[in-house]
Amino acid sequence: MTIKGQAYIAGIFEHPTRHAPDKSTAQLHAEVAKGAIEDAGLTIDDVDGYFCAGDAPGGAWPMVDYLGFNTKKLRHIDSTETGGCSYIIHIGHAAEAIAAGKCSIALVTLAGKPRTSVMPPRAAGAEVDFEAAYGATTHNAYGMCAMRHMHDYGTTSEQLAWIKVAASHHAQYNPHAMLKDVVTVEDVVNSPMISDPLHRMDCCVVTDGGGALIVTTPEIARSLKKPLVRLIGHGEAMKGPRGGKDLDLTYSAGVWSGPRAFEEAGVTPKDIKYASIYDSFTITVLMQLEDLGFCKKGEGGKFVADGNLISGVGKLPFNTDGGGLCSNHPVNRGGMTKILEAVRQLRGEAHPKVQVPNCDLALVHGTGGLLGVRHAASTAVLERV
Amino acid sequence: MSEAKTQEKKYPAPQGNPETQAFWDAAKQGKFMIKRCTACGEAHYFPRSICPFCFSDKTVWEESSGEGEIYTFSLMRKSPTGPYAIGYVKLKEGPAVQTNFVDCDLGALKIGQKVKVVFKPTDGAPLPFFTAV
Repeated sequence: MTIKGQAYIAGIFEHPTRHAPDKSTAQLHAEVAKGAIEDAGLTIDDVDGYFCAGDAPGGAWPMVDYLGFNTKKLRHIDSTETGGCSYIIHIGHAAEAIAAGKCSIALVTLAGKPRTSVMPPRAAGAEVDFEAAYGATTHNAYGMCAMRHMHDYGTTSEQLAWIKVAASHHAQYNPHAMLKDVVTVEDVVNSPMISDPLHRMDCCVVTDGGGALIVTTPEIARSLKKPLVRLIGHGEAMKGPRGGKDLDLTYSAGVWSGPRAFEEAGVTPKDIKYASIYDSFTITVLMQLEDLGFCKKGEGGKFVADGNLISGVGKLPFNTDGGGLCSNHPVNRGGMTKILEAVRQLRGEAHPKVQVPNCDLALVHGTGGLLGVRHAASTAVLERV
Repeated sequence: MSEAKTQEKKYPAPQGNPETQAFWDAAKQGKFMIKRCTACGEAHYFPRSICPFCFSDKTVWEESSGEGEIYTFSLMRKSPTGPYAIGYVKLKEGPAVQTNFVDCDLGALKIGQKVKVVFKPTDGAPLPFFTAV
């Protein structure tokens, strides 16, 4: 059994806010849910599947009640929690559920307010006594990856900086982007060092907000008014130090999720016209591009340099909304916005200055957790029909 | 960053549990323990009762040399308690260990540098850290 072509993304919505002190987190979920349902031309009463992750206040059952689903109809619920890539995993799981006849219209929501309030701590894992005291954070966990990548492959800060430069070229056209200024390689490498070798501008933004989407059957998608975008390949994977034997911070679980998605889709990295690549940090993008096969391991620095990721300039336009590095990284989770921009590209709804001509095949890839410690990854291949 | 000091830092006491209590009891004696599987022969860290490589329950405690080299590190400068260096050490016995580097010049850390274990007190059992040899 395959999910290839069995499920379509028929509704999308990204909250325009980047700072929401005047709203509740549940309210943000409701606002993005409403936006995605209306974008699809449906109503909440039509929805029979719901997907949410750790950002949903209280989990699935309080959200289902709060949002006011028709619970006589709601028949599939999935609260898979894999950090920032949860929502990329959700669209794969939604496609599986749809293919199996378990639901026909699934809603996925993400929302939260890390810029306004402190995020609740994650529940402790078995490693807690052996790691918590050492202060692993997103910054230094990705710093450790970058340090080793530089050591093994000669990757430079200037090469990493090109990733931020490309994102900033795209963000200048996004009226909702948190950072709209175009920056240079010099700006990035001269910004303050946060956790060696990552500078402030190697890091993504922290934003309040969220996004939502609708996954549905081919038949229902065709009955709606939006351009047809379908999921044709999906992969998921996890990676960690595994007893300290497998520690290699120069690659991510994308080396496994990527091939799974490409194989199911029947395409290769060369076929991809647009890529949404998780960009919590510049190093995240570089490692994942290598892991997905857009270039050889160790050659990511060369691949991203000189504007190769800038739409209209380079070979692989990426994160044309400005990504997490410049536009939005709601709830410190970038997976949802990665899907949304890929769908905009496939619909032809991206900003004209960054729209990829005849964009009919896009890739979405994300990470959850910490690449430098343990993490999940998910890859999705989307096609315009 | 050579002036960075970590001695004053207050570290949380490990909570311990039945699976790992022997590690913390040994730490109180200044011993740094790892686990080894007698079925497949592999050592691992942090300690588990079931081997993460072959899933055998024949795992035994073993005192580590506490010596190894830096696999990677990052000097975290954005911290309310002052800068600290987080990293991984690859022990002589094989397993990699997440840690902080202390009591040495944090500005001079290098991948491949030789380090050894040192214990720092908490309100409970002491915690293992690593310092330059």
